[in-house]
Amino acid sequence: MRRYILRRLLQGLVLLVLVATIVFFLGRLTGNPVDLMLPEDATQEDREALIETLGLGGPLHQQFGMFLAKALRGDLGDSIRHREPAVKVFFSRLPNTLKIVPGTMILALILAIPLGILSALYRGGIIDKIAGAIGVLGIATPNFWLGILLIYVFSVQLGWLPSARMGGPQHYILPTITLGTFLVAGFMRLIRSSMLDVLDSEFVKLARIKGLSETIVVWKHCLRNALIPVLSLWGVLMGALVTGAIVTETVFAWPGIGRLTYEAVIFRDYPLLQAVIILDAVLIVFINLVVDILYAYVDPRIRVAE
Amino acid sequence: MKNLPWASLVIIVTMLFMAVFAPFIAPHSPIDQTLADKLLPPFWEEGGSAKYLLGTDVFGRDVLSRLFYGARVSMIVSALALTVGGGVGLVIGIVSGYVGGRVDNLLMRIVDAALAFPAILFALLLAVTMGQGLRTIVIAISLLLWARFARVVRGEVLALKQRDFIALARVHGCSPVRIMVTHILPNVMNTFMVLLTLYVGVVIVAEASLSFLGAGVPPPTPSWGLMVAEGRGKIASAWWISLIPGVAITLVVLAFNLFGDWLRDRLDPKLRQL
Amino acid sequence: MSGDIVLEVRDLHTHFFLRRGVVKVVDGVSFSLARGEVLGLVGESGCGKSVTALSLLRLLPQPAARTVQGKVLLDGENILTKSDREMRQIRGSKIAMILQDPQTSLNPVFTIGDQLRESIAKLYPGQHDTVMPRVIEALRKVKLAAPEQRIDQYPHQMSGGMKQRVVGAIAISREPRVLIADEPTTALDVTIQLQYLKLLKELQQNSDMAILFITHDFGIVAKMCDRVAVMYAGRIVESGPVRQVFDNPRHPYTQALIGSVPKMRRQVGRLQTIEGQPPAFSDLPHGCRFAPRCPLADDRCQTTYPSSFAVGAEHTADCWKVGAAV
Repeated sequence: MRRYILRRLLQGLVLLVLVATIVFFLGRLTGNPVDLMLPEDATQEDREALIETLGLGGPLHQQFGMFLAKALRGDLGDSIRHREPAVKVFFSRLPNTLKIVPGTMILALILAIPLGILSALYRGGIIDKIAGAIGVLGIATPNFWLGILLIYVFSVQLGWLPSARMGGPQHYILPTITLGTFLVAGFMRLIRSSMLDVLDSEFVKLARIKGLSETIVVWKHCLRNALIPVLSLWGVLMGALVTGAIVTETVFAWPGIGRLTYEAVIFRDYPLLQAVIILDAVLIVFINLVVDILYAYVDPRIRVAE
Repeated sequence: MKNLPWASLVIIVTMLFMAVFAPFIAPHSPIDQTLADKLLPPFWEEGGSAKYLLGTDVFGRDVLSRLFYGARVSMIVSALALTVGGGVGLVIGIVSGYVGGRVDNLLMRIVDAALAFPAILFALLLAVTMGQGLRTIVIAISLLLWARFARVVRGEVLALKQRDFIALARVHGCSPVRIMVTHILPNVMNTFMVLLTLYVGVVIVAEASLSFLGAGVPPPTPSWGLMVAEGRGKIASAWWISLIPGVAITLVVLAFNLFGDWLRDRLDPKLRQL
Repeated sequence: MSGDIVLEVRDLHTHFFLRRGVVKVVDGVSFSLARGEVLGLVGESGCGKSVTALSLLRLLPQPAARTVQGKVLLDGENILTKSDREMRQIRGSKIAMILQDPQTSLNPVFTIGDQLRESIAKLYPGQHDTVMPRVIEALRKVKLAAPEQRIDQYPHQMSGGMKQRVVGAIAISREPRVLIADEPTTALDVTIQLQYLKLLKELQQNSDMAILFITHDFGIVAKMCDRVAVMYAGRIVESGPVRQVFDNPRHPYTQALIGSVPKMRRQVGRLQTIEGQPPAFSDLPHGCRFAPRCPLADDRCQTTYPSSFAVGAEHTADCWKVGAAV
């Protein structure tokens, strides 16, 4: 088990280095990144001065070395727009995202797991049909449009809920629905198909042969096995979550790191964008590690070696 | 015949029709601004007219025409991204699966890393560094696709490798490249086709999302995502600018998803895990 | 055979209701099982043996399959008419089953101690402390080495043979009247097969348990069974005491089956094979179902299903050719 964790940790670190490298080189794709950071009316002297300050003058490998060295010290450059270290800006906005994203994720699971299970158990029934419709629609509807639609209906037309920014509890409702819909749809479909597979398996047949009640067969024998694939597909869902967060925060002007990413793009704040990506990678590696440990805990085939 | 998903096919064909024939069927130019006619509602609302069936936007541009041209953008970007991303994934999947060993190990680790990281971030970075444009967005979306395609194709290849006709080809002295091209490739085409249809929806939403965030096809070229973004500020007074393109996106993605599911059930039910 | 009849199956019909039509997988099967005896149910893959077993336990895949006709009398009571709740109490305690593939029979996320405990705890409700020692005892009974360690292990940590022993332990844990063994050794290594069969025989002799042994292997039948019923395309074509059926097989199918088993002790010419394939269940012939492949078939065989003819004491075969000779 320990070897498993160490291996995952190593993979995570490799991913981080890979991301940093790619980000570094992408920035230099079309010439010196300094050109991305200069205002329109910069003079040649301004340009050279900036190159000097940021250490962007030397040969590529030297620049990369400096970049890595600074990164390890926690210095990922300064945001052009905020005129502050990018890392600082990131962490100042992170709490806002944490207020909404984890909660939405948990809510999505709370909804999706029972729906997925019931759809599988009563296959073809009314719950299955409704859940199926939600699933199919939830995946097809683009996040950003759903948010705007919700704003139109609930803010503009009905005036029940606020349309933007953080605030009291009612500010949380629409962003949560927007971000959560896709998650619920995705999870539910996955759990349903996983559950159907498990219900068909031989060990479930044996459990029935043993004379166990259907309740125990489903909740004890099926559930754990059915949930395992959910964890293993976590990485893919993570990508959807990040995209969703960026889009949702943008639509609702929620001051978190998702919106920060958007701002970095709109204002062409290259250093900030670079920092956000790398820090996102750190976050992702960390969360993936936690999920991997959870996965090993739930599936004894990984926890206990042969 | 009766099992065909008719509704989906109708929507898909309609969208393709709009995309291909946009220049001929669009009543107005999608980019010419007629400020005198700005913010007109769709024809069924008060103040609307038959001249601009779905209303106009902030610059007086016809929403309907922009919708047609937007379909064109979606179609072109999808086709290109699927070709590039899908193609790369196909090749890597075949090579990795067939060659096996250390090459396979290495490639799959890269695939795992790619899958673990949200491609949108790189897409946004590309938009900032390479500038907005068709090339950028096609590359950006391809990044999203290649790893997923590679994974699935590799799985198929691993199963195929065991079959006798491959052993026979080897006995006959076929080179690995030849085997991969003439024996393996045709047999994974089924799966590849299904994957393509299943991912069209993903690509369309990805393009729309990127355009919404200002990292997609640059204005004034109409993209459905961009239209939604442009209408956002005026949602209270001119809902049609944002909401109508969104309906288009949802319908088209829904249609492709349902069609893809139907195709998968007929050609390759093993893929149901996707 | 002496002893009272524990299980009697009368005219069992189980149909599968599929999109392409009704498939009559079990089409009129009757047999009986006495206390302490081992009945072999033999036939090719797909002849309906496993479905027969599932029908007895009422664990058919729903809603596709259903037993449409017949009686299954366990100790005189028809279990086909019992409620779900009553049936659940019968499963595991009066009738138990061993499945074919040990790799998939056990739940991978629970220890085997846990899985055994589920069964044994039902015998001693409320007495939690006495259960674990009995679990260990059960594992010892199936000759599993180091049972104290095994109870904390997971299925993937054991070999196929060991797992199948655990499955066996689960099956006999509540001392059922009938044990159904559905090809229990097919998925095991040849060397392990023999050991397992010996174990089953021992377990059976130490109790009164009747075994319905399902297999496609006549060699195993010879070793394990007291009586045998040969199944073909959903029906039983020959049945009787093992010795008699072996020495004097009268149905052409049985003859072909026995002839195709390599005999180690005698010189044989070529191994016999049976030409053709069993009929598809959706396309059954009107007459004898084996007729298309039978070297002795005549017109009557093709058009009318043969009656049952007695060949010896309790030995019957459903074949017109037998009838003619008798």
